[in-house]
Formats: sequence, structure tokens, C-alpha cells
Amino acid sequence: MNEAIKEIKGKFGQFGGAYVAESLVATLEELEAAYEKAKQDPDFQKEFDYLMKEYVGRENPLYYAERLTEKLGGAKIYLKREDLNHTGAHKINNAIGQGLLTKYMGKTKVIAETGAGQHGVATATIAALLGLECKVFMGAKDAARQELNVFRMELLGAEVIKVEQGTKTLKDAVNEAMRYWVQHMEDTHYVIGSALGPHPFPEIVRDFQSIISKEAREQILEKEGRLPNKVIACIGGGSNAIGMFTNFIEDEVVEIIGVEAAGKGIDTDETAAAINKGSVGIAHGAKMHMLQDDNGQLLGTHSISAGLDYPGIGPEHSYLHEIGRAKYEYANDKEALAAFQELSRTEGIIPALESSHALAYVIRVAPTLAKDEIIVVNLSGRGDKDVQLVKDALEGMNKND
Amino acid sequence: MTKYQIRDTFKQLDMDGNKAFIAYLMAGDGSLDQLLNQIQILEDSGVDLIEIGVPFSDPAADGPVIQDAGLRALEKNISLNDILNKLSEIKDEIHIPYVLMTYYNPIFKYGLEAFKEVAVAAGVSGLIVPDLPLDEEAELKSALVDSDLAIIRLVTLTTSDERLKKIVSEAEGFIYAVAVNGITGKRVGYSQEVYDYLERIKKYATIPVCSGFGISNKENAKALGGYCDGVIVGSKIVELLHNGKTEEIKNLIPEKYISSVN
Repeated sequence: MNEAIKEIKGKFGQFGGAYVAESLVATLEELEAAYEKAKQDPDFQKEFDYLMKEYVGRENPLYYAERLTEKLGGAKIYLKREDLNHTGAHKINNAIGQGLLTKYMGKTKVIAETGAGQHGVATATIAALLGLECKVFMGAKDAARQELNVFRMELLGAEVIKVEQGTKTLKDAVNEAMRYWVQHMEDTHYVIGSALGPHPFPEIVRDFQSIISKEAREQILEKEGRLPNKVIACIGGGSNAIGMFTNFIEDEVVEIIGVEAAGKGIDTDETAAAINKGSVGIAHGAKMHMLQDDNGQLLGTHSISAGLDYPGIGPEHSYLHEIGRAKYEYANDKEALAAFQELSRTEGIIPALESSHALAYVIRVAPTLAKDEIIVVNLSGRGDKDVQLVKDALEGMNKND
Repeated sequence: MTKYQIRDTFKQLDMDGNKAFIAYLMAGDGSLDQLLNQIQILEDSGVDLIEIGVPFSDPAADGPVIQDAGLRALEKNISLNDILNKLSEIKDEIHIPYVLMTYYNPIFKYGLEAFKEVAVAAGVSGLIVPDLPLDEEAELKSALVDSDLAIIRLVTLTTSDERLKKIVSEAEGFIYAVAVNGITGKRVGYSQEVYDYLERIKKYATIPVCSGFGISNKENAKALGGYCDGVIVGSKIVELLHNGKTEEIKNLIPEKYISSVN
């Protein structure tokens, strides 16, 4: 069904493409060919489905958040529980898919970049599961604020390479992983963690993550007998969002909303809101919206959530924005912190700070909507990893008050 | 200067039985006020053509030496516009052709049409855009059509024959043959594979073929130059300029290399 919105191979309208060094072209072509073959191979699909069920624990629930709904007094709120997946976030869906693809190509090693550490943990996990060697590139700044995840990856047998270049965050980890890949492509697959990068990555990641909306769509039809009014997800690079959106894109009655990280405020320079604050450019292999200065240099970003702290956005989101099929809103650090606490207290679910941005938007709009409206929001990850950071942030805020 | 300048330079070298020596420098490393001086050092050392690097925040195709040079330039907020302005100012004092080596985003953000005008006025002969493979080139190519700017295309060891034929057809300036698999500044060692590769490109190419990535001494340059029309040295020159060891640059190039060819 997604072929409908793809006009040219590897492009989403003007976005996407493969803006890479010539030395990568052959590898990307190999990857594309292998993926096309794997897609048609029932055994590949069978193995993916098996691991999704038996290892990840799918399908996960579409949970009616009754107390939150009542408290907000408006639309009915359903949470897609990606936080209940093995390793605690949606990232595992894509990691397993690409891990299987690595073996399908006859390669024995994987590398990955990671921001919050979720994708790194997911990749280290599947490397252990599938017997692959694993190196994870992580910005040194991110590594410092997600120490436990670094240890977790090491525990799983991966080597974590802390990237000291540039701003020491996700974008620098992406560059470094790409550099490493160019030198080791014979036996190594680069498991990109978001719906980003050169073709065919955005497509591959979308396809593996689209299981989120495949389940959610069936579940809501079963529970409510109709489609939701709004489908909402947080957006950094955009993999949980594209996974949440894909199977609703052709349902014109469904409003699709991505929530970007506004950091310290949408009017400040410290955000990670690529669509709301950025412009079209080319970096990390694709044409997309990104935060850049007048000279075309990518800007440093800020978000309380490391997973959203990235200056670009997946090219398919740029396209959905341009054609008006999806709407991109934002929530700032404070709103995300408030939502983090709200869901914890109201539903007994501690959400990831990333997902808290989507929840913050829900908390803002749900009260303004009629009670017979339905919102499906992707709870992309659990918040255990963020508890220390939230504690520090709240103590800091209290001091400032 | 124009792209015809590149052609004329290679024609002259060929008539004299010589190979081209192409040097890379990062504009703004040191300071932009030193650019003319740096270019003159290269010219005086015997360089035939210069690649002027434009610093970029996300240099995915560069090795550590050039990355660091780019960061030093970015710390001084050196922009593409600053570089073009400086080149306009000093162009009459430069006697060899120069091309810009830039990632795509700085020129995309500048505006391709505006860039064309300003770059031509700044005496730029061509462009090397490492993250713009043939498949994505159309947008830039149509903006530069009828301009005097050559789009210099890259080929690598992993480029298939079929693709190679496409790349060399309609290629301008010279073909940039990446001699190692990987990023700038690291070399696995020259082997028969590399020489076969250069001969394969030469077989299809109708314009000069120059080879680079990983050359750090005269022996490398000589060895590689025997199989193509010129060599490109980047990281080593950036390092020597940065460390003020400009005297050593001519040791990478000169008489021996030139006279021993043929």
C-alpha cells in the first residue's frame, strides 16, 4: 500500500534519495536487492513473525487508558504498548528485522548508532540472539547521560564506541558509524535505528516498524468497531511514528500527528524540532527537514530526551508534512516532564521521555475534544531508563522555583 | 578561470610528458586571510591544481585529519559565502586552476543558481561533491548547465563496469578515482587490484583520470601516477599546512616524480 505514496524509487516526493559517497553505492544496492528478495521470501517473513511473537512478546496490547481519559474529560485515549516489548521499546522490531537481513546477506557483524541507547540495546540484544558481532557508536554526551544503557550493551556482549567528535550526540554517532561502515562493508551490516539515512534504509525501517500500526488498526477496529480520529506519536528521527502511521495513511478520516521535541521552548534555539523550526537540506544520506544555519551547517539540538535529540527527521515524514497528510506539532521539555508524571500517577505506567512528548500533546488536546472521539497514541518505550534524569530535572526545577 | 582551464592544464602536462599533482586544503584552517598564502605555497611547491575544501558540520566522507581541519574552520564560522568572497578578492593572484570540494548541503542551502553566479565570478573551475553520486546529480547538473563549472565525478573500487561507463560519459574536468575503499586519509596499501582498477577506468574514460585518497609520500604518488593522469593528496597536505611544515610539501611532489614518469 505504501507504493502509492512513493513516486520514484528511493524517494518520497522530493525527499529521501541516497546522498552518499560513491564507495557506499554498491553496498546500498546490495542491501536493496537482498531486502527485495527477503520481502518475497516466506521463510524470512516466517522467522520475523516467529521472533516478534516468541521473543519480543507481540502482539502487545492497545490499552484503553480509562483513568487518564476521565481525568482529561475529552476524547477516549488508547495507548499502543510498545513499552511492553522485550527491551522496552519499539526499537526491537526494526533491530530483529535488520538482524535477520544481516544473516540473509551472509554477513556476520553489525554496527549501530544510538541516541538514548534504546536502539543500541536493541541491536546488542539481537546480535546476542542471532550470534552476530556488534559495535555500537554513541555520542559521548549521550553515553554520559545514559550510563546504564552503555553497561547494558556491554553486558549483552557489544562494544560501545563513544564518539567524541562534533556535538557528541546522535548525529555524530551516525557520521562515525557511516565512516566505519565504508571501511568494513564486506562483512558488516549497519543497522540504522530510525527511519533515516539513504535509501533503502527509511523504507526498511518503516516496513519492520509498520507492525505497530498493523496491530493497532486491527485492535481499534475490534474494540471500537471504527477507526480512531487521531493517531499520535513522538518524533525524533521518526521510526516509532512511521510505524504508527503507515497503516493509517490511506484512511483519510484518520488525522495523523507527529510530536516533535521543542526542548527549552519552540521560540528558543534549544530545540530538536526539525519540521517546526528547520528547513529542507541534505545530510546523513537523505534530503529532509533539518535544523541548520544559513550556511547549511547542521545545528546543535536540545531535548530532555536523548532519543529525540536529533537535527533531522525521516524523509517520509518530510513528505507527509509537505503533502499535508500528517501534521507535526511539538511539546517542550517541561510539558514532557509533566506528562511523564501524569501517566505514571494516573495509569501506573512510567513512559519513556520520548513517548512523554506524544502524551504531552494528548494531554493538551484531549480535553478540547468530544467524548466520542478516539485517540490512539504510541507509547513507544518505557521510562525506567529516564527515572534518574527526571528526578534530577524535577529537583532542579523546584530549586529554580 | 573556467573548466577549460582544467582541460588546458592537463593538455599542457600531457604535452610535457608530466602527470598532474593535485593538492587539497581546507579553506579557513588557519584563517581565511591565509588562504592566498597557502595557495601560493602550493603553487610554488609545484602543485598543478588545487581543491579548496569547504568546511561542513557533518563530514561523513572525511578522515580524522580533514575532519579536524574542518572543525577548526567552523570554529571561526567560515562559510561558503566567506570563501567565495575571499576567492573573488584573490583570484587574479592565483595562476593554477582551483575547484571546490564541498558537501552538497552548503551549496544547496546557498541556492544552486546563486551559487553558480558567485562561484564563476570567484574563478572556480569545478566542483567535487563527495555526497552527490551520479543518481542524485541531476538537480545540480541542470542548475550548472552552460556554466563554466565542471562537476568532477568520483569512482571507487566498488563501482561496477556498467556504472563506471555511465559515470565517465559526460564527465567533466577529470575523473576522481578513489584508490582505497574507505574514507580519506587511510590506506590499505597499493596492490595490483588498485592498478587494474585504474587501468579499467582509463579504458573507458575520455578525460583525465586522477587518483587520490591515502597518498602520504612521494613513492605512493609515483606508484599511482604511473597508472593514471595525476594524483590527489589531501590529508598529508592539510597536516603539513597546519603544522607549518610547508617546506616539506615540495618533497611530496617534484622533479623525481615528474621526470621519472614515462
